[in-house]
Amino acid sequence: MRGMLDWLDNRTGYRALLQGVLYERIPGGARWRYIWGSTLVFAMVVQLITGVVLWSAYSANAQGAWESVWFIQNQMTGGWLLRGIHHYMAQVTIVLLVLHLMQVLIDGAYRAPREVNFWFGLILLQLVLGLSLTGYLLPWDQKGYWATKVATSIASMTPVVGPGLQQLLVGGSEYGHLTLTRFFVLHAGILPAAVALLIVGHIYLFRRHGVTTPKSAREKPDGYFWPEQVLKDGVASLIVMATVLGLVLWSGGAHLGAPADPAEPYAAARPEWYFLFLFQWLKYFPAGWEVIGAQVIPGLVLALVAAMPIIGGWKYGHRFNVGVATALLAGIVMLTWQARVQDSADPEFVSAQAEAEVLAERSSELASELSGIPVEGGLAMLRADPLTQGPRIFEANCSQCHRFEGHDGLGAQPADPPSASDLAGFGTREWLAGLLDPERVTTDEYFGGTEHVNGRMSRFVQRGVARFSPEVRSNLAKVIMAVSAEGSLPLQVEQDAVQLAEIEEGRALMSSEEINCTRCHTFRDQTEGDVGPVLTGWGSRDWMLGMLHDPTEERFYGADNDRMPSFGAEKILTEDEMGLVVDWLRGDWVRQDSQGH
Amino acid sequence: MSEDSLEESKTETEPTLSSGLDRVVEKERRDFLVGASAVAAGTLAMLAPIGAAVVSLLDPLRREKVSSEMVLVARTSAIPEDGSPRKFTVMADRTDAWAAYDDSPVGAVYLRRSGDEVRALNVVCPHAGCFVGVAKDNSRFSCPCHLSSFDLDGAVDDPTSPSPRDMDTLDVEVRNGDEVWVRFQNFLPGRAEKTPV
Repeated sequence: MRGMLDWLDNRTGYRALLQGVLYERIPGGARWRYIWGSTLVFAMVVQLITGVVLWSAYSANAQGAWESVWFIQNQMTGGWLLRGIHHYMAQVTIVLLVLHLMQVLIDGAYRAPREVNFWFGLILLQLVLGLSLTGYLLPWDQKGYWATKVATSIASMTPVVGPGLQQLLVGGSEYGHLTLTRFFVLHAGILPAAVALLIVGHIYLFRRHGVTTPKSAREKPDGYFWPEQVLKDGVASLIVMATVLGLVLWSGGAHLGAPADPAEPYAAARPEWYFLFLFQWLKYFPAGWEVIGAQVIPGLVLALVAAMPIIGGWKYGHRFNVGVATALLAGIVMLTWQARVQDSADPEFVSAQAEAEVLAERSSELASELSGIPVEGGLAMLRADPLTQGPRIFEANCSQCHRFEGHDGLGAQPADPPSASDLAGFGTREWLAGLLDPERVTTDEYFGGTEHVNGRMSRFVQRGVARFSPEVRSNLAKVIMAVSAEGSLPLQVEQDAVQLAEIEEGRALMSSEEINCTRCHTFRDQTEGDVGPVLTGWGSRDWMLGMLHDPTEERFYGADNDRMPSFGAEKILTEDEMGLVVDWLRGDWVRQDSQGH
Repeated sequence: MSEDSLEESKTETEPTLSSGLDRVVEKERRDFLVGASAVAAGTLAMLAPIGAAVVSLLDPLRREKVSSEMVLVARTSAIPEDGSPRKFTVMADRTDAWAAYDDSPVGAVYLRRSGDEVRALNVVCPHAGCFVGVAKDNSRFSCPCHLSSFDLDGAVDDPTSPSPRDMDTLDVEVRNGDEVWVRFQNFLPGRAEKTPV
C-alpha cells in the first residue's frame, strides 16, 4: 500500500498538494468565526449535486418544463426531497452570503492586499443572485413566469441596448421555448462555471493573504486548517444542512404553482423573498424614473460597495463603510418588511394567492388522476378542466342573474340580488325537489326573480303540489327520480342504477292524473303539449348545451324565454366554454379516486 | 578558466560583439514573430467556433417580430353593455421556435363597448409587464405589482402611479356586424412611448 502511494506521489506530487491544502497555518488557531466561507462552499457543492440530478429529469421547453418539474416533485422517488433541498439551499445561500459579506466588512477584511478578493466575492454574490433569478423561471409556473417577466422588463429599460438585451435573454420577442433553453443554459452552464472559477480564485487569494485575525487571536498559539478548523466547518455545514432539511420538511418541499399561462392574470406574482426589497423599491419611483430606480441607483450602490476597500484605507473610511453597509442592510430589511405588510393587508393579493393555490393543487391533482399529463401540456390540461374553468366562465357570464350556492361561482357576492335560479346542483333530485316545493319555488333560489314566478309551473307547485296526498307525494318522489335520472349526472348514476325500478315507475307516473308533467312538458314519447322545456334528457350534457346555445328554441322556453341570452347562437361563448360551464354544473370533472383508480 | 583560454575567447568574441547584439535583436524579433504567430494561429483556430457561437446566440435579434395580424377575439354580444370592461383571452396561431401552435393563448385584452364602438386594451402593464386587474367594483384598472392605476379608458389616473404611459390601446375592427377583431401586440414596458416588442 505504502509502496503504491509512494509511486502515485512520485508521479503526481499529491502529498505536497494535500499538505498545502490541509496544513494551512491559522494564526491564533481554529475559530467558529471562520466558518462562513466554508459553509458557502458546502452550499455550492450541495447545489451542484442536487442540481445535476434535477437536470437528469428536467426538460427545458415550454411544454415540458412544468410537466417535468411536476414529475420530479410528485412521481420521482425522492424527487420532492431533492428539489426541496435545491430550493431551500438556494435561499440559505443568500443568507450565508450576506452574513459572510457583513463579517468581511465589519472585520475590515477587504483592506489591502485583499481588495481583489473582496471584488471576487462581490461578483460571486451577483452570480448567485443570477442563479436564483434564472432558477425561479425554470419550473415555468405562474409565479415564476410573471415574476420573471418583471425582471426581463427591467432589463429592457436599459438605455439604448435594453430592447436587444431583453430579446437576447428571452430568445425572441415573446416568452417561449427559447426563454427556457436560454435561462437553463445560464442557470446550469454559464453561471455555475463562472461561480466555480471565481470560487477557485477566491480561495486561492484567501490562502495567499491568509485569514484576517481578530486582535484576540494574537495571544493564542497558531493552529492548522486540518483537523481543528475542518471540524468546526464540518459542524457548521451540518447545521446548515439540518436547517435546509428542516425547511423542506416543514414546508413539505418546494412549491410548484399552476402552469404558466400568458392569458391568465397572476395577481400574486412576487419575486423570491430576497428580491422583494427591489420589488418594493420600484413602487416608489413615479413615471419616468423607472430606470433610475431599477438600474441606476442599484448600480451606484453596488459601485459604492465595490469601492469600500479603497474607502476603507482613508481615515474614517472603515467606519463609513460599516455605517453604509448597516444602513443598506437595514433599508433592505425595511423594504422587505413593507412589501410583506402591504401584501398581507391587501385583500386582493390575499385572495389572488389563495386562488393561485387552488389552481396549483388542481393542476397537480389532474396530472396524477389522468395518470400523466396529456401531450398538449399542463396548461392545456388545466384550461380543459371544468372544476376550475367552469366557475370563472359562470362568474363572467351567468352570475349577473344566476347564483351558485348563493355566490357568483367564485365565492363573491354580487351587488345585485339574483334574478334567476341558483344552479348549484342543477339536475339533481335535491334541486328538483326544491323546485317542486311550494315553499321554495318562488324564492330567489328558483323562480323568485324571473318572469316564471307567476307562470304555470309556479302555480302548479303552489296550488297543485301543495295539496298532494301522502300517496301522491311518494309518487312525486319517484317522478323526481325519473326526471333527475335523465341527466345521467356522474355523481348520481350509481344511485340511479340501483333504483332503476323506482325510476321506471316514476317515468310511468309522469302522465298520471295528479302529477301530469306531460300536460305541459314533453317526456320521451309522452306529450300533450309542449309549453315548458322538454324533459327528455333534462339536465344531461346535451340538454344543457342546447339550453345554453339557444333557450328560445321550441324544445326549451320558446317565446316564453325570460332574459336568458342565446350564448351559443349569439357566439357569446365558444363551444368549449359552454362545455366547461355545463360540465362544472353537472359535477362532471376528473376526480380523485374516479375511474381507473 | 585559464588566462590563455580567456585570452582566446576574448580574441574570438571581440570582433563579434556587434554581431552578438545582432543575434540578441534577431532572437527578440524571432521570439516576437513566433509569439505573434502563435497568438494568430490560436485566434484563427478559435475564430470559427467563437464566430458561430456569437452569431447563434445573437439569432433572436434577427428574428422576425411576432406577426401583428388582426385576430378574432369575441363577439360584441359578449361584451357587457354597461361599458364595464371584460377580459378576453386572445387565441391565435403562433410559432414558438420549432413548434407551431394552432389557436393557443397568446395574451389577453380588456374589451369595452359603448354602443357599437369597441375599444381594446392590452392587459399587460406598461410599467413592468405584470397583468393589470380590474378593481372589484369595475371602476378602474389597477396593477397588482407596483400599484399602477388607470381609469376605465386605460389612462393613468393617479399622479403617483409608476406607469410611464397609459395602458396600451390596440386596434379594433368590428366585422360582419358583431365580430370583434383586434390587432394583438405587446409593447416595451417602462418607457413613455409605445414601442412594439
